[in-house]
Amino acid sequence: MSTEANQNKNAGNYSIRGARATDIEAVTGIDASITNLSKPEYWADMFARYGDRENRFFLIAEDKNSKLIGFIIGEVRTWEFGSQPSGWVFAIGVDPATRLNKVGSTLFQSICDCLTKAGVDTVRTMLARDDELNMTFFRSQGMMGGPFIQLEMPLGDGGGT
Amino acid sequence: MRLQKATQCALFAVLELAKDPQHQISAADIADKFGISANHLAKVMRDLARARLVESMRGAGGGYRFSGNAKRVTLYDIVSLFEDIDTHDAGFPQTGDEADIGLALNRVMTEIEEIAVSTLKSITLTTLLKQMERASL
Repeated sequence: MSTEANQNKNAGNYSIRGARATDIEAVTGIDASITNLSKPEYWADMFARYGDRENRFFLIAEDKNSKLIGFIIGEVRTWEFGSQPSGWVFAIGVDPATRLNKVGSTLFQSICDCLTKAGVDTVRTMLARDDELNMTFFRSQGMMGGPFIQLEMPLGDGGGT
Repeated sequence: MRLQKATQCALFAVLELAKDPQHQISAADIADKFGISANHLAKVMRDLARARLVESMRGAGGGYRFSGNAKRVTLYDIVSLFEDIDTHDAGFPQTGDEADIGLALNRVMTEIEEIAVSTLKSITLTTLLKQMERASL
């Protein structure tokens, strides 16, 4: 785990730390409470790939009773279609019962601190157009539309080639 | 996207009032500040009051004040009062010999409109006011 992620960051009644293997069950539970899908294998894989890795960050928010109340995951990505090295955040979840306590904001600021210390000066993310909850959250943190645009097409018979 | 004059007036007025929800400002003062026609603004303020985004205060020192929740009200909530911005068919013909062209062009226009709508829905007044603060630093 990076030094930055290991630093506990007091934010009122909760703190931020790096993820541990024992957090996977609680992370799965928070994600399931938001998405209505339980994906324990996916989150175990996320921990294997992003927990305790250089330039990859899996951070946890826990309350003063050591109950996990939120998480965020991101990494440094480089040279995708000419992109300078930049930070990417691709997962965030906050226990719905603890929302509006700035847990998400504190997690986001913590991962931005980690990314800054890793040497990048931009952070990006990608969201569904109709994901108003997360879109509004990231906008409130100061994020705006960037110079890249997401494209897609169906593969197989519906494809465009 | 070019916004109508009424929409621009509404955005100026609501953001000015949302800066300090306790503060009352007369429509004339808002009109003066932004160089807007007072008559035009008066009609816009009535529409905003009907939408419960502002309220009119009577008496000495009366005027308007913001009555919404700046953390919840988005630019879409204001713009959609004055503009027809919901995604809809752009009007290219989809019948006859040009049906395939019309369909393809309508898809492109719908994509553009969907991005505009999701952008407006994602920016709250608080977020925009914070951006203004950052920009002025």
